[in-house]
Amino acid sequence: MAIERLFRRRRTRGEGREVPDLWIRCQACGSQLYKKDLEQNLGVCPHCGHHHRIPVEDWVRILADEGSFEAITGKVRPVDALSFVDTEPYPERLARYQQKTGRPDAIYGGRATIGGVKSVLLVMDYAFAGGSMGSVVGEEIARGAELAAREDRALVIVTASGGARMQEGALSLMQMAKTTMALEFVFQKRLPYVSILTHPTTGGVTASFATLADVILAEPDALIGFAGPRVIKQTIRQDLPEGFQRSEFLLKHGLLDAVVDRRKLKEELVRVLRLFSEDPDAA
Amino acid sequence: MPLEFERPLVELEEKIRALEATAREQNLDLSDEIELLKGKLERLQREIFAGLTPWQRVQVARAPGRPTTLDVAERIFEDFYELRGDRAFADDPAIVGGLARFAGRRVVFVGHQKGRNTKENIARNFGMPHPEGYRKAMRLMDLADREGVPFLAFIDTPGAYPGVSAEERGQAWVIARSIQRMSRLRVPAVAVILGEGGSGGALAIGVGNRVLILENAWYSVISPESCAAILWRDAKEAERAAAALKLTARDLLELGVVDRIVPEPGGGAHKNPEGAIRELESALLAVLRELEGLSPEELWQDRYRKFRALGAFEES
Ligand SMILES: [Zn+2]
Repeated sequence: MAIERLFRRRRTRGEGREVPDLWIRCQACGSQLYKKDLEQNLGVCPHCGHHHRIPVEDWVRILADEGSFEAITGKVRPVDALSFVDTEPYPERLARYQQKTGRPDAIYGGRATIGGVKSVLLVMDYAFAGGSMGSVVGEEIARGAELAAREDRALVIVTASGGARMQEGALSLMQMAKTTMALEFVFQKRLPYVSILTHPTTGGVTASFATLADVILAEPDALIGFAGPRVIKQTIRQDLPEGFQRSEFLLKHGLLDAVVDRRKLKEELVRVLRLFSEDPDAA
Repeated sequence: MPLEFERPLVELEEKIRALEATAREQNLDLSDEIELLKGKLERLQREIFAGLTPWQRVQVARAPGRPTTLDVAERIFEDFYELRGDRAFADDPAIVGGLARFAGRRVVFVGHQKGRNTKENIARNFGMPHPEGYRKAMRLMDLADREGVPFLAFIDTPGAYPGVSAEERGQAWVIARSIQRMSRLRVPAVAVILGEGGSGGALAIGVGNRVLILENAWYSVISPESCAAILWRDAKEAERAAAALKLTARDLLELGVVDRIVPEPGGGAHKNPEGAIRELESALLAVLRELEGLSPEELWQDRYRKFRALGAFEES
C-alpha cells in the first residue's frame, strides 16, 4: 500500500537491510499505532483524530470511484529557466524530488468519477518540494481546469503547498494569474469547483486557485493562510493566538465552508457535487 | 542618505556645488570647469547605473524620493479625485485610487502608496496592504468596467501585510479575488511596477494587458531577504538571492513577465522623479493607444493569452 512510503523504515542493526516497521507513533498524541490500522483509518489517528499526511495516490483512492481514475498529469516537466542555484542547483533539487516521488513535479491528477459525478481530480504532492507551485504545477492546474470545462466535468483540487516555488522566480508568481484565469472556463460553463485544503496550504496557492472554489472544504487542524506563522511572528513580534490560521479558526472567520474529517470527506464531497446537479441520479 | 554606490557621484556633485559657490562669491567665470565636471558626473552616473547589480537595483527601487503612485497621479493626470474605503470595513491607506483624466480620456487608477517620509510611511504601513486595500482596488475595477474606461495600476509594495488581522480577514482569499477581478476586466488594463513588486501583494493589481516596469524596479515571487532567509537560512545572503531570482527589469522582459521597460533618467528615478514620470507618461500613452482599438472581448482574450503563456517547462 502506498501509505507505507510515508513512514520511515527502520534499519535493523547489524543486518544492514531495511525492514518495514509494523508500528508507528502518532505525530500528535504519540500513541503507538499498528500501521495497518492507521492505514485503514485513512491516516487519521484513532485516538486523537490527528490527520497524518498521506501519499497522493491514496487521495485518489479515497476520492475517486474505484477503477474510474485515468491520469492526465505527468507529461509536463520542469526546466531551470533562471539557472537558479542556492545551496544546490535547481536541476539537482528537482532530480532528487523526482527520484523520491516518481513524478516530474508536485502534482498528480486525472479524470475520475466521484460518487458517479464526472470530475477532474488534481492532488498536490507536498513530498515534492513542499508542494510548491512553479510552472509545471501551474500548467497542470490550468490544463486540468480547461479539460474539466471541455468535457463538462466537476473540478476537485486537493491542495498541500508551501506556496509559490522560489527557484522559478517571477514565473512562479505568474502561475497564480494563470491558474486563476483558467478557472474562468469552469465557471463560465457553470461546472462546480470544490477545493479541499490540507495541511499546510499557504502562500501563492492559497492566494490563487485554492480559495476561488465554489465550495472550500478543509481538513481538521490544517494550517492555511497567506503568510507563514514564522513570518507573521517576526513582523508583529508577538505570540500568535491559539489556533491561529488553523481550519477551525478560519471557519469561524468565514473563510471556509466546512472542516471535514477525512473519513467523512468522500461522502460529503459527493453530496456537494450532487447538489450542483439538476439530476443527481443521472450520474 | 546616498546609497553606497552613489558616493562618487555625491562627491562630484559637492565639488560642482563648491565651484558654483566660489564663482558666485568671488565673481569668477568658472563655467568651463563646471561644465567639465558636469559632463564627468553624467558619464560616471551612466557608467555606475549601467553596471548596477540586481541587489543594488533593489536598493534603488526602495530609495526615498522615488515617485509614488500619488506623485505620478499628481503629475500625469489633468485631474483626479481619490476614492476611499472598501465599503465594508475600512480605508486602507496603503492602497490609493480613484477617478482621473489622463491625456484627455477618463481612466480609473489604483496603486500601492508608500509614504514620502518615515511618519507618512508608518501611516501607509510602508505600502503593505491589508485585505480592505484589495477590496478597495476591486471596487475600483468594478467602476472601470461599468464606466468602460481604462484601468491603470501602479505597483510599489514590499508585499501584502503579513499580520494577524490581515490573515483573520482573509489576505490570501482577497488577493486571489483581486487577481480574478482584474483578469476579468473588459477594459484596457495597464500595470506599472514603479518600485517594488513584492509577490502576490503586487500581482493582485498586476494582471494588465500590458505590464510596464521602471528600469530599476524589481518584481518577484518573494523579496530577496525572505528568499535568502529560507534558502540560505541567512537574510544577509539577500545579495545572492537578488541575483538568483532574476528580478530586474531586463530579466523580466526576457522571461516575458513584463512587456516594456520605462527608462529612468541618469542617477535613477529618485534623483529625478519628474524625468521618470515624463518617461512613464509617454510609455503609458503609447500602450493605451495600442489597446484602445480592441473590443471588450478582445481585451479579455488578450490578457488571458498573455498570462496563459507564462511559464517554462518541457513536454515529454
Ligand atoms: Zn494521535
